[in-house]
Amino acid sequence: MSEYLTSSDFMILMIKIIVIFGGVMGALVYLTWIERKVMARVQMRPGPTRVGPFGLLQPIADGLKFLFKEDVVPANANRFLYIAAPVVSLIPALLSFSVIPFGPWLQVTDLSVGLLFIFAITSLGVYGIVLGGWASNSKYPLMGAMRSSAQMISYELSLTLSVVGVLMIANTLSLNQLVMSQQRTWLGFIPRWNIFLQPVAFLIYVVSAVAETNRLPFDLAESEQELVAGWHTEYSSLKFAMFMLAEYANMVTVSALATIMFFGGWSGPLVGPHWLKAALPTFWFVSKIFLFIFFYVLLRSTIPRFRYDQLMNFGWKVLLPLSLANILATSFVVAIS
Amino acid sequence: MIQILFFFFAALAAGAAINVLVQKHVLYSALSLILMLTATSVLFILLGADFLAVIQIIVYAGAIMVLFVFVIMLLNLPVDEDGADRLRWLKFIGIPLGLFFLFLVTATLWNVQAGTGTQSRFVGSPQAIGQSLFTDYLLPFEVTSLLILIALVGAVVFAKKDL
Repeated sequence: MSEYLTSSDFMILMIKIIVIFGGVMGALVYLTWIERKVMARVQMRPGPTRVGPFGLLQPIADGLKFLFKEDVVPANANRFLYIAAPVVSLIPALLSFSVIPFGPWLQVTDLSVGLLFIFAITSLGVYGIVLGGWASNSKYPLMGAMRSSAQMISYELSLTLSVVGVLMIANTLSLNQLVMSQQRTWLGFIPRWNIFLQPVAFLIYVVSAVAETNRLPFDLAESEQELVAGWHTEYSSLKFAMFMLAEYANMVTVSALATIMFFGGWSGPLVGPHWLKAALPTFWFVSKIFLFIFFYVLLRSTIPRFRYDQLMNFGWKVLLPLSLANILATSFVVAIS
Repeated sequence: MIQILFFFFAALAAGAAINVLVQKHVLYSALSLILMLTATSVLFILLGADFLAVIQIIVYAGAIMVLFVFVIMLLNLPVDEDGADRLRWLKFIGIPLGLFFLFLVTATLWNVQAGTGTQSRFVGSPQAIGQSLFTDYLLPFEVTSLLILIALVGAVVFAKKDL
């Protein structure tokens, strides 16, 4: 805590922050394009095609549109909380990128409790949704916020518990060391990834992560047919864009965590000249995240929505006991070996 | 630098704590409490207790306070206007209790020896906390879990009259 930063350290830190956050923000904006394009292909549509080649400039057009739209605050809304809610949901979503290792050196800071830090920060994101729904002073947003907070509390339990098995094997909470612990191989060619040791934990993690980020088939918080758009029904222009950004950022965060914990993070084959070896880990990491995002989009475009009681029953009566059983089994094996 | 951070977040925590009491609207009180908990966890980080700081946010700010806010919104409580009248007799208990608490805190702080600060890096680590929980403080730890279990069963009994 008490070491002082020299000015060159400070410069390197600033460059890392700018590179990571610049890259992440750009990627988030283009995720909307990926989602629309992939979903369109699944449903035999062309998707966005008009703005730029392959519709590639569509996110920029959307961003401009968000900027110039009228910013409506409902008459009976609680003005302060209404304006604060999108900020409250976006800041935690972006903060978690400060501990994610995008490569051996491309990480803003490696906290010793990095994994818990991400869980702590993302658990604050629910306030954005709850306050947004409540401050709108309108019934659909309120119901969406209620559902969402109940859902997030329920699934946060199994999400956190599913990780415990991995932690017992890796024996660390630092994200960089989690990646390091999966570096070697079995029999020379099978990578030592935790997914082979903890397949049940991985399944629980993926299901709860989808529920935690309010995505289909768990998007009860905004289910269009029942609640118009859930907690952000009353939001327009940039505030709506901030909610959307936060949702995509959370998607990337849970995907990055899944990659780090179960798929070896930035590890992968390193070949070629020196500069390529330096860049490849980040490439592997981003590709693995992208696979998860692709899976998310496929889920959204193919699977129908759960009913609310099914969602709650599934969370409490299936996922929670399963994750507890997984912890018990893992601790037995760890204690014996 | 650390001192500036300490004074800023200490002031924030104290201000938020006062705001919890002063606010008329229950929701604003709850939100101030969340702010206070978060600011306190920054103080923990400054002391080198990263694990405690993170757990404080996960448990209190991220779980318990969500339930508080949830209930407040569900009931949609009106602004508390005649509350002071209803709770008038509490003053007579509150002032002595507050003074007693102040005395306890001062007495404890008075007896604290200034540390050398050499060990602080490892005291707050998850390993160290786990070690002491399962050796020195095993009995309180288990008794606490039993208490929580009793509270859980009690809550279920209250919620479901016809079991």
